[in-house]
Amino acid sequence: MTTKDAGQDYGVRAGYRRITKQVESLRPPPNLSDYEAICRHFRWDAARALLDGLPGGAGLNIAHEAIDRHADGPRGDEVALRWLGRRGQRRSFTWAGLRDATNRVANALGALGVRPGERVFALLGRIPELHLAVLGALKAKCVVCPLFSAFGPEPILTRLTLGDARVLVTTEALYRRKVEGLRDSLPNLAHVILIGEDETGTAVKGTEDWHALVGAADPHYAIPPTDPEDPALLHFTSGTTGRPKGALHVHEAVVMHTLTGRYALDLHADDIFWCTADAGWVTGTSYGIIAPLANGVTTLVVEAEFDAETWYGVLERERVTVWYTAPTAIRMMMRLGSEALKGRNLSALRFMASVGEPLNPEAVVWSNETFGRPFHDNWWQTETGGIMIANFAAMDVKPGSMGRPVPGVEAAIVTREAGRLKVVREPGVSGELALKAGWPSMMRAYINEEERYRKCFADGWYLTGDLAMRDEEGYFWFVGRADDVIKSSGHLIGPFEVESALMEHPAVAEAGVIGKPDPTAGEIVKAFVSLKAGHVWSEELRRDLLGHARKRLGPAVAPREIDALPTLPRTRSGKIMRRLLKARELGLPEGDLSTLEDDAR
Amino acid sequence: MTPSETKRLVAEILAAIAPEADISAVAGDADLREALDLDSIDFLNLVTGLHERTGRPIPEADYPRLFTLDGIAGYFGAAAD
Repeated sequence: MTTKDAGQDYGVRAGYRRITKQVESLRPPPNLSDYEAICRHFRWDAARALLDGLPGGAGLNIAHEAIDRHADGPRGDEVALRWLGRRGQRRSFTWAGLRDATNRVANALGALGVRPGERVFALLGRIPELHLAVLGALKAKCVVCPLFSAFGPEPILTRLTLGDARVLVTTEALYRRKVEGLRDSLPNLAHVILIGEDETGTAVKGTEDWHALVGAADPHYAIPPTDPEDPALLHFTSGTTGRPKGALHVHEAVVMHTLTGRYALDLHADDIFWCTADAGWVTGTSYGIIAPLANGVTTLVVEAEFDAETWYGVLERERVTVWYTAPTAIRMMMRLGSEALKGRNLSALRFMASVGEPLNPEAVVWSNETFGRPFHDNWWQTETGGIMIANFAAMDVKPGSMGRPVPGVEAAIVTREAGRLKVVREPGVSGELALKAGWPSMMRAYINEEERYRKCFADGWYLTGDLAMRDEEGYFWFVGRADDVIKSSGHLIGPFEVESALMEHPAVAEAGVIGKPDPTAGEIVKAFVSLKAGHVWSEELRRDLLGHARKRLGPAVAPREIDALPTLPRTRSGKIMRRLLKARELGLPEGDLSTLEDDAR
Repeated sequence: MTPSETKRLVAEILAAIAPEADISAVAGDADLREALDLDSIDFLNLVTGLHERTGRPIPEADYPRLFTLDGIAGYFGAAAD
């Protein structure tokens, strides 16, 4: 079968019928009602008009667009953010309340001597202090980097070091468990600010207390002039090789957050929006914090991890209207079945979207039958800063497709031939997914990694590393990754980082890490190791190694499975052939092995 | 199942999933996921282990009853009665 046939058959072959939309009957009318017309007339300067800019023409600052412009308007006393804690606690912030609280944070940072451009890291779960820390630091023109709280000490240390962290905001519990032991390795980390349990104070040596610090600060603050190109957000992502890459975004990214909130998530002013993303990954920032607030929409922050009872209860009680979640959670809902929804009144829910990894067509069809509306898959990456390709409210859904480009975004399938980029115009052909460079939330750098940044671009296109194809109607379909990065529960994991941690174990000579398909998580991390002389593989050693990896990396990054091999297959240049490990694990053809060392075959 | 039996069973299952987890100091009413830094996939693997070791089917709707040691003891205690 040729590549082209495989593409055209995709989805249709398995009998997934398109889900059609009756656009006239959708209420409220979708923001993106006529895709073709809006794309044809789209101009970025018109999109910028969705934002106010700083008073007096002093530039563009994300926090002003997300908070202050609403706080100072007629809706200042309406609820902007509602938080539901793990143990049933509730906290609400009005726009005016958020304005004052983030002003205090900005003033507190200033009082500590933190300057614009310096990096403020937030290692927090889904609690409102995350929003306050991020937006307060943006007001002070610091560069903000949220970290995933399920990281172990090693990924935390790597990122704090690479990102040159000046300030870390975290909770007392996370600090004691994961950061305290790292302090000697972090000489440039000047301030650690701790948030106590249940809004209580903290008193830990070498740290400052959030409530004392922020509570004492002035609630008035004027955001300094901010150039739209001033750096604002730093998110780490993983490549196949080497250290994590810190993708840097600027204040102008808020144009994309706002636009995609309107078009891809169909946000309207009276919506209750719930994004379930983990804090510390780009979705948790772009859509868990910025997009809803910038659009003046009430955002719900739910601390609890997924369990259907809790989450369905939230949807019902809070009258959630727009819900943005991820395939792993959706697949867990599917396992639970439609029974769990019986008796629930989800009549408020009108739009559901999914991101993190391709949503399998079964899940789209299941959601349409179970909720009476489908999950709308969309596609983007840390580097793109915002949604690039999406299934829109007013557009038919082809289950398994990621949808069509957001207005203003030009996407194409490209191939690289003899170092030149060729744009594939013909539909149904797979190649690398590329985006015409220049949208507002495009990363502006991998910090301190100029060479790796440059390699992402060719002939004015950003190369995504994802393989995809475009069909006759312009819908894009995910085909696979062009590299060896692993997608587990929607999180990108670099094999190198996992291999490095395994190699630190005294018994391990070499390590190779792959993504193994898993019905719930998409992929799980599987490691292969070979042992140093004098060590024998046993269940005891497997457990020791597993515990070692989990302690260093945390559960989200550490392998779930570890096997030992006599040697790992390597190329002649000495690189471990992860692809071959994966092919063997899955029983697939091994491909061209001519470059391998003979003894490894 | 008594509390100490429950603890032993959970410890044995976790030894294969999260060997670094020290269950000895975990309170009966503490959420195991928080106390031991288990993520949702770890938790699913724990439930699978409980099913395999006890032979009792565990419908997904019952998962929230297994978040704590007390919950697990009660869940399987009720089955034995």
